[in-house]
Amino acid sequence: MIRLPEFRYYRPKTLKEAVKILNSEGEKAVIVAGGTDLFPNMKRRIQTPSVLVSLQQVKELHRKISYTKINGDQEKRLVIPSGLTLSEVCENRLIRENYPFISKTTSSIATPLIRSMGTIGGNLCLDTRCTYYNQSLEWRESVDFCMKAPEGKLDIPCRVAPGSPRCVAANSSDTAPLFCALEAEFHIVSQEGERTIKPAEFYREDGEFYLNKKAEEILSEITLPSSENLHAVYLKLRRRGSFDFPVLGAAAVLKMTGQKVKEAKIFLNAVSSAPIEVLESEKALIGTELEEEKILEAAESARQSAKPFDNTDFYPHWRKEMVGVLLKRALLELKSRKT
Amino acid sequence: MFNPAELNVIGKPIPKVDALPRCTGKLQYADDLTFPEMLFCKIYRSPYAHAFIKKIDLSKAKKIPGVVKILTGEDFSIPFGILPVSQDEYPLSNKEVRYVGEPIAAFAALDEESAYQAAKAISIEFEIVKPSMSIEESLKQGMIHKSAGLEFGDIEKGFLESDDIFENVYFYEGNTHLALEEHAAAAVPDPDGKLTLYSSTQVPHYLHRTLAKTLNLPPSRIRVIASPNGGGFGGKSDVFSHEIVVSKLALLTGKPVKISLTREEIFYLHRGRHPTLMWLKTGVKKDGTISSMHFKSLLDGGAYGSYGVASLYYTGALQTTTYKIENYKFEGARLFTHKAPCGPKRGHGTPQPRFAIEIMLDEVAEKLQIDPAELRKKHLVQSNSITPNYLKVGSMGLGKCIDKVVEGSGWKDKFRKLPYGKGVGLACGSYICGAGLPIYWNPLPHSSVMIKLDRGGGVSVYCGQIDIGQGSNSMLAQVVAEILGVGPSEIKLCCADTDLTPVDLGSYSSRVTLMVGNAAIQAAQKAVDLLKKAVSEKWGISEDKINFKNGKAFNRENPDLSLDFSEAVQLAEAKFGAVCTVGSYTPPKSPGEYKGSGVGPSPAYSYSASVVQVEVDPETGIIQIEKVWIAHDIGKAINPLSVIGQVEGSVYMGLGEALMEEQTFRARYNGVHKAPGMLDYKSLTSKDMPEVETYLIEDPDPNGPYGAKEVGQGPLLPIPPAVANAVYDAIGVRIREIPLHPEKVLFALKNKAPKRSFPSFHAPKVIRVPLPSESPTTSLLSSDLLRSESLRVDSSPSSGLPPSSSGAVSS
Repeated sequence: MIRLPEFRYYRPKTLKEAVKILNSEGEKAVIVAGGTDLFPNMKRRIQTPSVLVSLQQVKELHRKISYTKINGDQEKRLVIPSGLTLSEVCENRLIRENYPFISKTTSSIATPLIRSMGTIGGNLCLDTRCTYYNQSLEWRESVDFCMKAPEGKLDIPCRVAPGSPRCVAANSSDTAPLFCALEAEFHIVSQEGERTIKPAEFYREDGEFYLNKKAEEILSEITLPSSENLHAVYLKLRRRGSFDFPVLGAAAVLKMTGQKVKEAKIFLNAVSSAPIEVLESEKALIGTELEEEKILEAAESARQSAKPFDNTDFYPHWRKEMVGVLLKRALLELKSRKT
Repeated sequence: MFNPAELNVIGKPIPKVDALPRCTGKLQYADDLTFPEMLFCKIYRSPYAHAFIKKIDLSKAKKIPGVVKILTGEDFSIPFGILPVSQDEYPLSNKEVRYVGEPIAAFAALDEESAYQAAKAISIEFEIVKPSMSIEESLKQGMIHKSAGLEFGDIEKGFLESDDIFENVYFYEGNTHLALEEHAAAAVPDPDGKLTLYSSTQVPHYLHRTLAKTLNLPPSRIRVIASPNGGGFGGKSDVFSHEIVVSKLALLTGKPVKISLTREEIFYLHRGRHPTLMWLKTGVKKDGTISSMHFKSLLDGGAYGSYGVASLYYTGALQTTTYKIENYKFEGARLFTHKAPCGPKRGHGTPQPRFAIEIMLDEVAEKLQIDPAELRKKHLVQSNSITPNYLKVGSMGLGKCIDKVVEGSGWKDKFRKLPYGKGVGLACGSYICGAGLPIYWNPLPHSSVMIKLDRGGGVSVYCGQIDIGQGSNSMLAQVVAEILGVGPSEIKLCCADTDLTPVDLGSYSSRVTLMVGNAAIQAAQKAVDLLKKAVSEKWGISEDKINFKNGKAFNRENPDLSLDFSEAVQLAEAKFGAVCTVGSYTPPKSPGEYKGSGVGPSPAYSYSASVVQVEVDPETGIIQIEKVWIAHDIGKAINPLSVIGQVEGSVYMGLGEALMEEQTFRARYNGVHKAPGMLDYKSLTSKDMPEVETYLIEDPDPNGPYGAKEVGQGPLLPIPPAVANAVYDAIGVRIREIPLHPEKVLFALKNKAPKRSFPSFHAPKVIRVPLPSESPTTSLLSSDLLRSESLRVDSSPSSGLPPSSSGAVSS
C-alpha cells in the first residue's frame, strides 16, 4: 500500500482549542476520530485532506460515561462522550446493564482491533460507502470517477444509478440507525456555541453531503433516553462473522405499556444514504401485542419500502428480500425477550 | 533403507525450524530489504481492459523532483512467459494493452512518493477497443489460446455398455491466492557489473533464466535470491514484469532499486484459479462402475498465457486417479479474455473438474440408491496400477481416507437423516506429488542438495528450494538431521540462491517434499557413509555397526562406545578431505507417450476425502459450515504438525472458494476488478472458519522420501464439492456452481436459478490413445527415442497474440 500523503496535523487538548483550529482551517480540515476509516481512505487517495485535527486528546470527549440530571433534577440521562472508543462503549458497565443492545451493536462493528481504535463519534459520522467510491485513485481514474469523488470534474454522474440527481452511497454506520430509533440526542459544538439535534435529523439522504453538520462542528456527546420500558434490537447482515460493514441493518425500538406497543421506531441502514425510518412498519406495530401476523405485516412493509442499490456486497434484489427477513427476526427477538 | 522404529526426527511434530523469526517479525521479507542509495520504483498500469497505445507523453513525469529513470515498452524487446510455448508478455507494453493493470511504464525515484507522483504525471493517448470479458464471447470471437482433445479407449462403446447416463453443466468461478505478503523485489547492481535480484518468488530458477533472456545477459552475471515468501499458493510462480523492470533499472542507474506492490496490483498480477465452465457426461452400470466418461472444459484464461496450457491439460488429467474409469475422453479449450491473466492456484486446474465429478457421483449414488461413500469405495483405483491415461499410481490410501471420515463424522447416522436445513456431504480428491517433467525440456535433475560438514560439527545444507510457508525448510532440515543423527535446529540452511545453491525447480506442483527430500536423503547418506567409513576404521568395527544419533556416533553393539559428531567429521575430513556431498533427484519416466502426456504424470499421488456438515438457512440462503472432517493420505508425515497445518490451510482456502471468493470484473466500466482489496474481496475470517478434524493416513509410497507424499494442495480438492453435496443433503437443491452465495441458494430454492448452458464446443483435433490394456506395453515403456517428442504439447500459434515458440510443458 502506498503511504499516506502529506498533511498538517493538530492534536488539541480541549474542545475550545479544537473548535478554534477547525474554525480557522475551514473546509480543508478533517476531523480524526479514531482514523480507522479515514487513514485507509487517505492511503488509497479517496480523501486527501491537507489538515487533520485529531480528537484523541480532547479531554472533554474522553470523560466517563455517566448520568446527568435534566429538567431540574427530575430525571437523569446517560451521556456518552463521543471520543470513547467502540470497545470502551461496548464494555462499559452502565451500557451493558441498561442498554445491552448498544453493547451488542458496537461489538458487531469491524474487528476487535479496529474497535479499540475507532470511536463512537467516528462511527456515527462514518463516511457513506459505495463500491465505486471506496476504491483507489487508479481504480476511480479507470471508471472516470463518480459523483461523490469527482476529482475536480463537473457533471460526473452516479456510477451506480446514472440517472440519479444525488449520490446514492450507503450509510454504513451500525450505530446510526440504532441511535435514530432510540431518539437519542446529539450534542454539537462549534466556535459559535453548542446545539443539539435528533439523530434522525443529523443524517441526510445524500451520499455526498450525508450529515447535517458543518466541517467545523464537532459531535461532542450523545444523550440516551431513559431505558425504562425500552426494548431495542439491532440486527446486522453481512457476509462474514467479522470485519464487514453492514449490507443491511435493522434497528427496532419499542416502548411498551404492559403487553402493548405504545411507540415503535424502526430504522434501516445500508439500503440508503441515511438511516431510513419505516413509518408503515411502525404503524403496523403500534397498539399491538406483537402478534406474529403484525410482525409479518411490519416486515413486509419494510421490504416493500426498501430500495437498495447495487453498491455494497451482495446483489440488491437479495438485500431487498432480506429486509423483511431481518426485520421479522429483529421483532421476533424483541417479542421473545419480552415474554 | 530405513527402519521406521529407529526414526528420531522423521514423523515428529516439531515446530518449524524458522518459526521463531517468522513469528517475531525478524524474518527479512523482500519488502524489508534496504540498501544504501536505494531507489524506489512504481509502475504505471493500464486503466483499460483493451486499448492501443497511440502516444506516451513523459514530459510532466520527467519534471517531478526526485525522478531518476523512466522505462517504457521501448526499453524492452524480448518477450517472456513461464512456459516455452507461451512467450507472450513484455515487461512493459508499448503497443497493445489487454487487461486493466497491464504494466506500461516504470518510474525509479529517490523515494516512493516521488515515483508515485511521476507515475501519476504520465499522459497517454489510448485507442480504446471493446474487450471480451467472458468465455462465451471469446469463444464466439475465436480467441482460443489452446485447445486439447484426448480419448482413451472408446467412450461411445462405453456409453452403450452403461445402464444409466448422467449429464450436467458445472461452473467454477475464478479466485485469487490472497497470500498475506505482497510481492516485492529489490535489484542490486554489483560494482563488477553483475546483478543480484531479491524477490518474493516461488521459482528462483525460472526467474534466473527469464532475467538472463529478457535482459540479454549471461546467467552467470545474474544472481537471484528468493526471499522468504509470506505465502505463495501459486501466485508467485510466474515471472513478473516488476522483477524484470527493477533489474533493468538497477543496471541502468547503477543503484539498488526496490518495488513493493500494493494489494490492488496483486489482484491484477493474479495468475489465479481459471473460471471454468464444464460439461460432464458419465455412463454407469447398475453397480456404479464408470464405463464411460466424457468431460469438456472451457477456461477463462485472462489476457496472457502464463501456465495456461498446463492448466488446460490439468483440467482433463487427474479424473482417472481416484475411481476406475473404463473409457475416458477430454476436450477443452483455454480462451483469452481481457482480464488479469489466470494461472496456477493451489490445485492447479484440478479443483474445477473434481468439483464436477464429485457432485455427479453424489447424483449417481442417489439414483442407484447406493451410499455415496460405498459407491466410491467400490470403484477405487488400485495401488500400483496404471490409469487409462497412463498415470502410474503407486500407494493409494483413498479407501482408508473414506473410512476415516465416514467413521469420524458419524456419516451413517447423518446422511439423508438430519433435519431439514442441516446436511452432510462427502467428496474426495487426488493430487500429484511433483510434475514428472520440468517446465522447459531438459534431461537434468529436478532438484539437488549439497551438504557441507564443518569440522566443528556444523552441518550446512544448500538447496535451491524456497520455503513459501509450507514448511519445506523444516522438511529439508529434518531429513538431513535424521540421517546424520543431529537435531534439526542444528542445521544451517542456505536456500534459493542461484549463486550458492544447486538448482531446485521451485515451490510449485507439490514437488518439494518428494524431490528435495529424495535429493537430501542421497546427499546425507553419502555424507554419513564417509563418516561411518572413518569411524569404522578408528574403532575397527564394520560400518553397519555404527549408528549416528543425538549428535554422536555409537557402536550399535556397545552403546557405551561413542564419539561426538564433530570428531567423526574430523576423522572423515582427515581421511577424505573436506566433507562435502551432493544428492540429486530426477522423477521416474512416465509410461505415457501421446501428445499432451506431459501433464499429469507424477512420482506419486496423494489422496484426500472429506465430509462437510452444513446448516443452510432456507429463508436467507446463508450457509454455515458446522464442521469439516478430512483425511489425507500423506504417505508418511515427515512433520505431522506441518502436515496438519497444510491440511487445515487447504480446508480454509477450499471453503473460501466454495462460499465466497470471486475474482470478477466490471465489464461495463473498462473491465476493472470488482473488489481489489482484502475488505471487499471476501474470504473467510476466523469467525467463519469451522472446526476441522484432520486424520492423516500413512500409506508410504515407494517413490517418496520415507514414503512421504504431498499435502500442500490436494486437501483443497474435496472441499468445494463436499460443501455442495452437503447443501443438497440439507435442503434438497443441487447447485452446480461456486461460490455458493446465499442469493444462488435462495434462487435455487425458489426454482428460479438461471440455468447455465454449455456452448457448442468440440476440440478441433482429438488424439485417440489405446488403453494401456490394449497397447503393447513394452514399446510404450521403452521407446526413449519418442520421448522428447512426447513431452511436447501441441504448440499451434495462439490466436490474437504473438506467436509462441514450441517447447515442453508441465505444471
